[in-house]
Amino acid sequence: MHELSIACNLVETADAAARTAGASRVRVVRLQIGAIAGIVEEALRFSFPIAAANTLLAQAELVVVPVPVQIYCAACDQPHTLEPPYVLRCPRCQSPANRLLHGRELQIESIEIEESPEVEDATAYP
Amino acid sequence: MPPRILELRQSLLEKNDQLARALRSRFLAAGLLAVNLVSSPGAGKTALLEVTLTRMRSQGWRVAALVGDLATTHDAQRLQRSGAPVRQIETGTLCHLEADLVARRLEGWTLDELDFLFVENVGNLVCPADYDLGESARVVLLAATEGEDKPRKYPPLFHSADLALITKMDLAAAVAFDSAAAVASLQAVAPHAAILETSARSGLGIDSWIDWLVDRRRQHEKTAPA
Repeated sequence: MHELSIACNLVETADAAARTAGASRVRVVRLQIGAIAGIVEEALRFSFPIAAANTLLAQAELVVVPVPVQIYCAACDQPHTLEPPYVLRCPRCQSPANRLLHGRELQIESIEIEESPEVEDATAYP
Repeated sequence: MPPRILELRQSLLEKNDQLARALRSRFLAAGLLAVNLVSSPGAGKTALLEVTLTRMRSQGWRVAALVGDLATTHDAQRLQRSGAPVRQIETGTLCHLEADLVARRLEGWTLDELDFLFVENVGNLVCPADYDLGESARVVLLAATEGEDKPRKYPPLFHSADLALITKMDLAAAVAFDSAAAVASLQAVAPHAAILETSARSGLGIDSWIDWLVDRRRQHEKTAPA
């Protein structure tokens, strides 16, 4: 159960990026999570609002893009997508797959931000 | 103002990864092989380290260990009997070690005076998989008493290992352990990993394990900056 620390990292990174860009809030956070990244999406969703409280992400929507496991088979000279339970063998020729192309991703893709409106000069006449 | 999309494409573990990279360069520069030992609780990490530290010291290797647990310093006390420098990392409630914890606990040790650093992770088959500790070798333990199919149940951690040790082989007969089935399940999720059968109690496989470490350190030295 390290999803709470992951959620904290996520909020810290996204909040800093949003602040640098002058955002007033983050509407959406898009993540890529590989099928064998060792992250349970439900646990991450449970932890996210706790980590996001009192930050620009407080009301943000979490969009998770799952990344399937893909290996490269040297024998077939081709990538193949695997199905659970993820035996790292080529599904076509059965040779052991030593190269994992995708499936361990744990990445923030993008954030959708709302920018602060220009601060109006209260002393200016309309 | 309309919403705007910012592309970040940043790893969620970036902070840990950066610290781990810095540690790895320090280890390389010091000619030190750092080994991250992972397994479920009770698979025999501490027993393996006890015999490993004692035997390697008698062979003249300079070894040290950091031991992670949620609470108590029992493991560090056990390992200190080998005479090697040992420190406990008490994680509180954290279920895994992070590079930052390792870096902080190393303070005061002169890495140049060490050949091997063992980091005994918190016993957990899930969370430690994602956290690079700057190690140059990750070793997973699978106890004969745990059942042959554990690797298939917890693929990420087993997949991340360079070497799998099947421990407690002295108990294999008592629990009708099927060695071939365990090897097949390890190879299914970690085809790249070497596999050794060991017993800290009988000494089975301990020499091969130390040979593997020494060989690994030699390869690692070749990649070190001059």
